[in-house]
Amino acid sequence: MDIFLQQLVNGVVLGAIYALVALGYTMVYGILGLINFAHGEVVMIGAMVALTVIQLLLASGVPLPGPVVAAIGLAAAIPTCMLLGFAIERVAYRPLREAPRLAALITAIGMSIVLQNVAMIIWGRRYHSVPSLLPVTPHQFAGATITDLQIFIVLLAALIMAGLLYLVHRTRLGRAMRATSQNPEVAGLMGVNINTVISMTFIIGSALAAVAGLMVSAYYGVAHYVMGFMLGLKAFTAAVLGGIGNLGGAMLGGLLLGVIESLGAGYIGTLTGGFLGSHYQDVFAFTVLILVLVFRPSGLLGERVTERS
Amino acid sequence: MLEVKGLKVSYGGINAVKGIDLEVRAKEMVTLIGANGAGKTTTLKALAGLLKPAEGRVHYNGRDITGRPAFELVRQGLALVPEGRGVFARLTVKENLEMGAYSRGDRARIATDFDRVYALFPRLAERRRQMGGTLSGGEQQMLAIGRALMSRPNLLLLDEPSMGLAPLMVRRIFETVRAIAAEGVTLLLVEQNAKAALETCHRGYVMESGLIALADTAPELLNNPRVRQAYLGE
Repeated sequence: MDIFLQQLVNGVVLGAIYALVALGYTMVYGILGLINFAHGEVVMIGAMVALTVIQLLLASGVPLPGPVVAAIGLAAAIPTCMLLGFAIERVAYRPLREAPRLAALITAIGMSIVLQNVAMIIWGRRYHSVPSLLPVTPHQFAGATITDLQIFIVLLAALIMAGLLYLVHRTRLGRAMRATSQNPEVAGLMGVNINTVISMTFIIGSALAAVAGLMVSAYYGVAHYVMGFMLGLKAFTAAVLGGIGNLGGAMLGGLLLGVIESLGAGYIGTLTGGFLGSHYQDVFAFTVLILVLVFRPSGLLGERVTERS
Repeated sequence: MLEVKGLKVSYGGINAVKGIDLEVRAKEMVTLIGANGAGKTTTLKALAGLLKPAEGRVHYNGRDITGRPAFELVRQGLALVPEGRGVFARLTVKENLEMGAYSRGDRARIATDFDRVYALFPRLAERRRQMGGTLSGGEQQMLAIGRALMSRPNLLLLDEPSMGLAPLMVRRIFETVRAIAAEGVTLLLVEQNAKAALETCHRGYVMESGLIALADTAPELLNNPRVRQAYLGE
């Protein structure tokens, strides 16, 4: 029972991060019908920028409390990623808006490779260790251990997601985003500048990615220039699981995927008699992706995909 | 108020509009009739800024608006109720109307316009919390018109407002169109229901294969043998 609860806690933390990233995929898909495969790289750049700022601050010898250092790192990463997300759309997707879907998919993958290589040039190929800035004091909780960092990740993610839901469902910009995703031509007739809304979608998604980037690198204690690849694929899986294009779906899908992965990793050793170990963790995410695509392609909360005339 | 000269528009690789002249004067009700595929919808889309003309000039209130995007034109008081209504299915009726007022900042007057639209279409007031997609065809048309009115248009372009509606609803829509014109809104109406359109409007243009075939006052067109034979089913 201890393992179960512990893995559940770990899964929720991981799931909160997946959810933040999945929201970026699902928002862009909702408006453009495009999978922004470079989104994982935005997460990575966010992690790298935050880490660089944090390292500089620590090296400067200015005595700042850990959480403040982390906050400054985040404050640098968020605008950098927003700018990057804006630029990705302008450079890679806008010129191809009228082109066949496949063209945009290929530039998305190309963008992802370019960003990885730029990051490799700037930050090198080595793994960077991320200093722990939040107290990792373990709290005992019904037989499971939970750290301050874990609590903080979940709370911050929940807060951000609540803010996003408010933005999308209660503000003028959010209404314009929903209208654009449903019918961009008519949204234009209402006075919505579609290009602005699309840019805002990329900017907001990238801000969430920056936060997720710092979270995941702080959680695992490591940052690397290809870290965005696997994380991006998993978050994409989470978005598909929840029903791509649906905000609630991305949140639910992220959380579920995190929990499935953690429980899977926790039990796979016992279940296979030690034949497979917990490093097979990644298998679960993609098993889920295949199962969803086969049995429920529209995802848990997605609308049934129907042919519209 | 609206002056179109030599307008050519291609749409989907087809030269749908092949050079037309058209004029709508302030407070006028003008209709553009014609068969399916004559280029009526393409013309309206080009006027509203949804399609870029290949050639020709469009002047609105003395300003050259050729090729300006739709979101700019609605701020200048030029609104289009699109063919097929274009109701946002997963926005509530109220949110649809709020979208109509998107281009405006004057909150107090937006509130009075809500009352105005709800008075014009009491059915929309009853259903304001419902999703747009759950409305009937007639209700969706009311919503599409009400939404366009929320932008406080000076010139309203209507594309086939009676399409697919039951006869009783068609009559209601045409009554509404007259009521809107009575409030001082200039109208350009595209219709396949030529009889109702000509009986409602002051002047009419008949479009055939991307060109204006006839232009006259509505009563003259109603009596024109060619129009009677081709569009009034006689």
